[in-house]
Amino acid sequence: MLTKAIISGSGGQGVLSMGSTLATAAMLEGRYVTYLPSYGVEVRGGTANCAVAVSDEEIASPVASSPEVVIAMNQPSFVRFQGALQSGGLLCANSSLVHTETARSDIEILAVPTSELAEQLGSIKVANMIMLGALVRASSMISYDAMVENLAEILGKGRAKLLDLNKRALAVGHDYTKD
Amino acid sequence: MRQLMSGNAALGEAAVLSGCTHYFGYPITPQNEITEYMARRMPGAGGVFIQSESEIAAINMVLGASAAGARTMTSSSGPGMSLKQEGISYLVADELPAVIVNMVRGGPGMGSIAGAQSDYFQATRGGGHGDYRTVVLAPASVQELTEVVPMAFDLADKYRSPVIILGDGILGQMMEPVDFDGLVRPPDYDKSWALTGAKGRPAQSIYSLIFDVKLQEEKNWKLQRKFRLIEQDEVRYETYLVDDAEMIVVAYGIGARIARGAIKRLRDEGKKVGMIRPITLWPFPMKALRELAKSVTDFFVFELSAGQMVEDVRLALEGEGHIHFYGRPGGVVPMPVELYRIISRHYYQAHADGDRKQP
Repeated sequence: MLTKAIISGSGGQGVLSMGSTLATAAMLEGRYVTYLPSYGVEVRGGTANCAVAVSDEEIASPVASSPEVVIAMNQPSFVRFQGALQSGGLLCANSSLVHTETARSDIEILAVPTSELAEQLGSIKVANMIMLGALVRASSMISYDAMVENLAEILGKGRAKLLDLNKRALAVGHDYTKD
Repeated sequence: MRQLMSGNAALGEAAVLSGCTHYFGYPITPQNEITEYMARRMPGAGGVFIQSESEIAAINMVLGASAAGARTMTSSSGPGMSLKQEGISYLVADELPAVIVNMVRGGPGMGSIAGAQSDYFQATRGGGHGDYRTVVLAPASVQELTEVVPMAFDLADKYRSPVIILGDGILGQMMEPVDFDGLVRPPDYDKSWALTGAKGRPAQSIYSLIFDVKLQEEKNWKLQRKFRLIEQDEVRYETYLVDDAEMIVVAYGIGARIARGAIKRLRDEGKKVGMIRPITLWPFPMKALRELAKSVTDFFVFELSAGQMVEDVRLALEGEGHIHFYGRPGGVVPMPVELYRIISRHYYQAHADGDRKQP
């Protein structure tokens, strides 16, 4: 099965690293995967997005024009990408910053207050990982257990000391979604 | 070991593993990550990295390094490639090996920075001034770069001629799993022609200025003989589901990936569509297409341009078969489902016309 996700937010919210973490996790699980960042005219503080495709067979196009999943970490991203979502698709919104009252009625909404949850963990920087935990729980794009197991390899040597914090952040998102 | 890498970074790594010791580049999107990767990687690999003051400087640094016997590369896109054309013409005339990468964007002019295939003509027709061709390789995935890059360096050294790798913005920016385990460093070729200082040997020179027209003609025929040899020996392509096909899609690079997705859908519906994917755009797989035309009448050319390779398909088929075309210029990358709908329509139309083999 092929699932495509657009991960979007403002520059600095970690949306590109959320995408590459998801993509690396999928690769280590043995799935076919592509990751396509928005590039070129992006600026720090502006909007950023990337497309991740995960599949059981070769992926023809890394472009996601009508994805199954959209993650919106801020309001402009929500406005920009909710229209692209397939009917019946999943919209993961950072409800700390996104007002979902104007969301389409034919999609599933998962609202996660990632900023508040991240602050409770002690670092706003892991809001992206909280959202990733929630996404993996809600979408079954990849295996949560495998991702947690491979997290050291996914994050790489440079971020070894952040392993525990990231693990906890994934768990927070995962558990929030379970409730 | 598999790792997730962008096409640009993987290309840089593949170049280093292929023995490239000298990289010169000037930044331009969507290939900046090649320059970035080489800046980081080259010093540790014992190589040379220079960010030049312009694309023209970069290609002439390549010319100089190559004349001195180095395995060398530069990369660019769009207007940067146009600036390099004079240097490429000199590389051909001087019979110097080099690899030049073009991560194509949607032109003309400054154009868009999105992936496109608008530089097919420039790459396959020489591009610069004079009577020449360059080998053009068109990879379709990040993994395929690990085959195409060493192939490019090998062909460049083997024929003492520049080789173009024609990618696109998507291939450069996209990250995919890649492993370099199968990459074999091309052998070192005799470079006794190189200008290494005349210590202990007579002085030698490399130049392309020949006033005597007869000698110039002789030189040009010599180059042409080399090009004929390349056409004869170096054609590379891949076929996909062609055995029972009633319609053959011709597509390359990222376009071929999209076409493959479309063909899967068509096959699910029992539509007999296959594909030929040229890996060398020059030399173009002329014979393979003519061979396919013996049993197939309909060829569907798909490009991310207004139609450039379609001319080579026409030349290859020499009037045989019916040629259909669909192109999206400017950097628009259609989804496989869009292409599927278009091919479907053409497939039905071809059927409605009855048996085309009959006069």
